Amino acid sequence: MDWMKIGWAILLIAMIAVIYPNAKRMLTDSPKAEKGDWMSVVLPILAVIGFIVLLTMLV
Amino acid sequence: MNYSVTNTAQNAVEVNKVIRNTYTLLSMTLVFSAIMAAVSTFVQMPPMTYLLSLGGAMLLIWLVLPRTANSATGLWVVFAITGLLGFGLGPILSQYLALSKGPQIVATAFGGTGVIFLGLSGYALTTRKNFSFMGGFLVAGLLMVLVAALANIFLAMPALSLAISAIVIMLMSGFILYDTSRMIHGGETNYLLMTVSLYLNIFNIFVHLLHILGVMSDD
Repeated sequence: MDWMKIGWAILLIAMIAVIYPNAKRMLTDSPKAEKGDWMSVVLPILAVIGFIVLLTMLV
Repeated sequence: MNYSVTNTAQNAVEVNKVIRNTYTLLSMTLVFSAIMAAVSTFVQMPPMTYLLSLGGAMLLIWLVLPRTANSATGLWVVFAITGLLGFGLGPILSQYLALSKGPQIVATAFGGTGVIFLGLSGYALTTRKNFSFMGGFLVAGLLMVLVAALANIFLAMPALSLAISAIVIMLMSGFILYDTSRMIHGGETNYLLMTVSLYLNIFNIFVHLLHILGVMSDD
């Protein structure tokens, strides 16, 4: 295994170690979604997916 | 009653100031980052530059930015972070530009990232919806993607790598909505931290869109 892979592994482990406590806190502290909230997210994300499909067909 | 109206007006002025400062600084850092990427591409930096730049930028984000975000020094730290990340893109861009359709792929990824960012920011700014409920979901998703990326260093599966890129774009799109909404609803009042958050969303979308377009092209 080359040292670049070891370097990437160290960086990703460090990222996980930093994000994990925040993830735990945010999972418990985030306000709960109300009815219709997720729909307002799904529509723009679907638009992004459609746009990326379009871009892949262009190249 | 009058106090409440004055207070609301003051909050609106404060929020508008954060939004204006964030987008001004974001534009400046994106230009600076593009210049650094061009320099790095021109001088043909080796592939390890990407890893070292990313590592350096992460150290600045974790250790230096939180201590300087409320001072004038923070502005220099933001430019150092974005400059490093831009410089790190050089070897990746060189690799793609060497392909026969390389310039088209890079230009499409660049334009596509701009359209996605402007579209999602515009959506969050015009609807003024509060996307704070997404926080836990997004950060848990990010954690899972990092674990999958770690596993793929050893598994080296191209399909998993492509799936990770697609999921990262979805997550970063969600983060653009979440971060923009945080700015509108006063969840984040520091424009330096807001700029770095939005910059990282754009940077990740660009890198992973480049990856998807590179794989999907005929080259």
